[in-house]
Amino acid sequence: MITLTDFMVVSAVLFCTGLFIIVSKKNAIQILIGIELMLNAAILNLVAFGKYDRVNNSGQIFALFAIILAAATTAVALAIILNVYKQYKTINPDQIKDLKD
Amino acid sequence: MSVVQLAFYFMALVTLGSALTVAISKNLVRSIFMFFITLFGLAGLYVLALADFVAVTQIVIYVGGILVLILFAFMLSGKEALEAAQKQSSRFVSLKNLPSLLLALFFLVVMINVIFKADVANLQWLKEANGTQNVIGVNESMINNIGVNLMTRYLLPFEAISVLLMLALVGAAHLSRKEDMRG
Repeated sequence: MITLTDFMVVSAVLFCTGLFIIVSKKNAIQILIGIELMLNAAILNLVAFGKYDRVNNSGQIFALFAIILAAATTAVALAIILNVYKQYKTINPDQIKDLKD
Repeated sequence: MSVVQLAFYFMALVTLGSALTVAISKNLVRSIFMFFITLFGLAGLYVLALADFVAVTQIVIYVGGILVLILFAFMLSGKEALEAAQKQSSRFVSLKNLPSLLLALFFLVVMINVIFKADVANLQWLKEANGTQNVIGVNESMINNIGVNLMTRYLLPFEAISVLLMLALVGAAHLSRKEDMRG
């Protein structure tokens, strides 16, 4: 039997990996991947607890909503990254210092 | 140890191993494809949590949509991005990465502590759910129920998210327009 604690431990490790990626990487695309990992850790918890709601399916439905939200965020973030690249010729967040020209 | 447990540990190993490889590898392309494997492993974990529909959605949206978008952004952002990615220090535990490594490790310690202190197996509502047979069984298909719930009980969040998705589409299209077309 897989307990809820197992799922939560896996999701905690995944979340911390995402946190490490976000803090340490020097590339906007890799930072985006870190954010996706953290979101997926949260979705794993939603799904694991959703097993105990057979009538309303709240966990699974909000996991679906979270996946859709992640897709929307990624589309906008990648458009922003491409614009930043056009403007600064780099996507290293440390080198992007001014807002306009 | 049952087969289900073995499958769970295998999927957890695949997921966490590939996630750690994403964190370690300095090559951007390799980390993107390792992220791909992480997503598949997570879909396997969702199946083991008896959420097959969420697992299929995960594969369709993440692997089919988000990963292709990320690959496109990587290819369009060209050679400099690749070089900048190569220049990162190759060692996992270097002095530059030490603060972030410490931050992540301390956060992990705190979260593991919280998880074991919370004692989720004895939560009140979980016991009630077990008592009233409100638990998803292994051979049940939840897809019908999810569809009905999405159109009745969760109609408001469903509509809100559809409006938000359209806003994100319009925003992304506006942001990625050519400069000279901007009025």
